[in-house]
Amino acid sequence: MKAASFAYAKPRALAEALELLARPGAKVLAGGQSLIPSLNMRLSAPELLVDITGLEELKGIRLDKDTVRIGALTTHAEVERSEVVKKHLPLLAEAVPHIAHPAIRNRGTMGGSLALADPAAEYPACVLALDATLVATGKKGERRIKAADFFTGLFETALKEGELLTAIEIKAQKQGEKSAFLELARRHGDYAIVGLAAFAANGTKRLAYFGAADRAVLAPNAAKAKDLESAKAALEKDLQPPADLYHASQTKLHLAKVLLERAWTRL
Amino acid sequence: MDETLDTTLNVNGTQVTRRIPARMNLVDFLRDELDLTGSHVGCEHGVCGACTVRVDGEIVRGCLMLAVQANGCKVETIEGLSDSGELKKLQKAFHDKNALQCGFCTPGMLLAAQDLLKHNPKPDREQIRAHLSGNYCRCTGYQAIVDAIEEVANGKG
Repeated sequence: MKAASFAYAKPRALAEALELLARPGAKVLAGGQSLIPSLNMRLSAPELLVDITGLEELKGIRLDKDTVRIGALTTHAEVERSEVVKKHLPLLAEAVPHIAHPAIRNRGTMGGSLALADPAAEYPACVLALDATLVATGKKGERRIKAADFFTGLFETALKEGELLTAIEIKAQKQGEKSAFLELARRHGDYAIVGLAAFAANGTKRLAYFGAADRAVLAPNAAKAKDLESAKAALEKDLQPPADLYHASQTKLHLAKVLLERAWTRL
Repeated sequence: MDETLDTTLNVNGTQVTRRIPARMNLVDFLRDELDLTGSHVGCEHGVCGACTVRVDGEIVRGCLMLAVQANGCKVETIEGLSDSGELKKLQKAFHDKNALQCGFCTPGMLLAAQDLLKHNPKPDREQIRAHLSGNYCRCTGYQAIVDAIEEVANGKG
């Protein structure tokens, strides 16, 4: 199908973008790899698309002391090739090849994926596991939101009307800290049946699952468990995965335990 | 009424300007405005890879990019890359290995394969399969396509 008609604007500065986004029926166009399919299928019909891909200040990855700051417009391919990410955020480096396919990773952006908050997407679980901070910018200035407070429901986030996700700040992984990223999908690049982004530091773990709820979620009970068997049992308290077209809830829970088992020895 | 915008881009080395609706996808622009029908339209939601084209040197889905977003960009299609000879070895290997039947997916396959060889000149079969995972072929079962790309990677193409 073809998209319904809409107006299009490509601002050159953040302030201009925020002005445009305040108009009724305006929607952000970043990489477009989820938005354009939904336009093509007429699941979404904005009046105005504000193409933010010209905002240079929202691009790039830099290490600032112990924090990696990733601009929201950084593409998956740029994250994948980044030496800073490989060295300081190995969890993210491990996750990116699972995102869709090369041609999509060349356009899709980290900020776009997080702001969409697809429950089966990789990045939301990564930022939860890494306890990242998401930077939202509105007309009144910047606001920092912890990843744990950012995802509020199915495709719902803490971003307010007129706010734009501008950057992601993540603490660089330190010596002795460990991470693991695992995903089950029927074909490479498909949306996950279930996936796990896991991080361990100083004896505490953060286990973030995706494809297992209406949003990416932490599994606090399993993370607290002392051994694998009790962690797997505790996972039943943490997750009640909704069934999808192909997998029953019980199947997903079983697979979530399988991933926990595979990750456990790496943490 | 559709909002239309002046859009100027370089397609296969030629500068073109058209006034087009904002909602027009890049692949529809190439096919309907420029008669470059080598890039195919399959699923129109980014799953099949038949519309793969190159924008500023990187492969993208032609159905997941608006033509107005290509304003100022350099776009290359199967037509341009065939004429320039860049795909010659892959095309010969696809032919030799029977790596196509109906040919609908082939332009996208060739662009994805060339992109792989550009970033990784010696991929193994798993890496070839992973890189082509976003390009569907409904005839060949992929075996011959992977064979053809492997042949070029091994310098035999």
